[in-house]
Amino acid sequence: MVEIIIAVLIISGLGLIFGVGLSYASKVFAVEVDERVTQIREVLPGANCGACGYSGCDGFANAVVEGEAPTNGCPVGGNAVAQEVAGIMGVEPEGIKRTAARVLCNGRNSVSKEKYEYQGIDTCAAAASHFGGHKACTYGCLGHGDCKNACPFDAIVMVGGIARIVEDRCRACGMCVLACPKNLIEIIDKTKKYSVMCMSKDKGAVTRSHCQVGCIGCTKCVRACPQQAISMEGTLAKIDYSKCDNCGECTKVCPTMAIRVMDFGE
Amino acid sequence: MLASILITFVSAVFINNFVVVKFLGICPFLGVSKKIKTAAGMGAAVIFVMTFASAVTWLVQEFMLKPLELEYLQTIAFILVIAALVQLVEMILQKTSQSLYKALGVYLPLITTNCAVLGVCLLNLEIQGDARFLMSVLNGAFSGVGFTLAIVLFAGIRERLETAQVPKCLEGFPISLIAASLVSLAFLGFQGLFQGLI
Repeated sequence: MVEIIIAVLIISGLGLIFGVGLSYASKVFAVEVDERVTQIREVLPGANCGACGYSGCDGFANAVVEGEAPTNGCPVGGNAVAQEVAGIMGVEPEGIKRTAARVLCNGRNSVSKEKYEYQGIDTCAAAASHFGGHKACTYGCLGHGDCKNACPFDAIVMVGGIARIVEDRCRACGMCVLACPKNLIEIIDKTKKYSVMCMSKDKGAVTRSHCQVGCIGCTKCVRACPQQAISMEGTLAKIDYSKCDNCGECTKVCPTMAIRVMDFGE
Repeated sequence: MLASILITFVSAVFINNFVVVKFLGICPFLGVSKKIKTAAGMGAAVIFVMTFASAVTWLVQEFMLKPLELEYLQTIAFILVIAALVQLVEMILQKTSQSLYKALGVYLPLITTNCAVLGVCLLNLEIQGDARFLMSVLNGAFSGVGFTLAIVLFAGIRERLETAQVPKCLEGFPISLIAASLVSLAFLGFQGLFQGLI
């Protein structure tokens, strides 16, 4: 009987010593976790998409508490999340700019020419590595849907051989921007309706021979814009979205319909 | 004295390497060996735990269990010591190196069940001769070094495997196991190194 008691005492005594030691150590090595981090983490969407520029939602929550990231830095959560985050941080909520991705090419198969018949692997990246792709225009959308596959929100559809963004679903995370081998996709303020839907840097005549709806660099829109928001970059018109007020004068004068309203809902 | 320390070192690190010769502690060896940095961190944690576990368990054995003739409690008492030490390491790591703490993840508390640690504590009791306590602690530390050597070497191999062209059926764990067996085979070359000396 005594042996059993001694054994029990020895082991429980050891346990007690280690327990007390560890509880003391946990005080010494305590790591302070700001409870706001966990609160912010809970209101975030949790997609870990990285659109905020931080490594996932945890990284963003830490950055907000440390004052590095703005409370409206989560483009996926939008205004609702921005308000909640601001509430947790105890600051005035700031509105979030609603942006969406836009594919700047209008060269559907019906209006653009093919250079050759492509029968390789069905991705844009693979197609682009064969003489710049099967489109006559080396700048145009190849339509194999690399962006569509990259989109975590199912917001990209392929229409007539080119990619189109469903803006209602787009969360501006930028995955498609990275996926496009032709760099055709830009994140643009949703409220600005007009865009130059062409990225061709070819000369006007060359562009026209490749595609009926390309920007041929005629500069008519530059002169027509009352806000002077359009300028030429080589042979390509560029809209300064900070000046654009959606008046639509540019569409009216564009001979190839390269500038047009992007209104592609569900 | 110096000679026996040297022999202990070579024995623990190369000849009787816990991972690749005795096949103890395989779980973290395969689990945390994807990157050299985390592997080295794991190795450092294991060195720490092994060294202190050797010291504490030896004292527990010699001054508590032996006089009371309770040697049969070895295993449970040692596990208690190891678990407490691992908890301590975890706290220290969380305080000092968040990134390493996150990288080690679940494998850190799993050092508790790393049989290499318990193994070294039990094997220490077989050490004969003078300065047994010192030799036990050194053996623990050197065994940890051996573990670190093996895991870092293996992590280096696995980093290269990432870019190697591996047949589809062998991708991932299968090729890692094959690589591990080759590392083990290489370490077998150290067997009999001291046969003439001792």
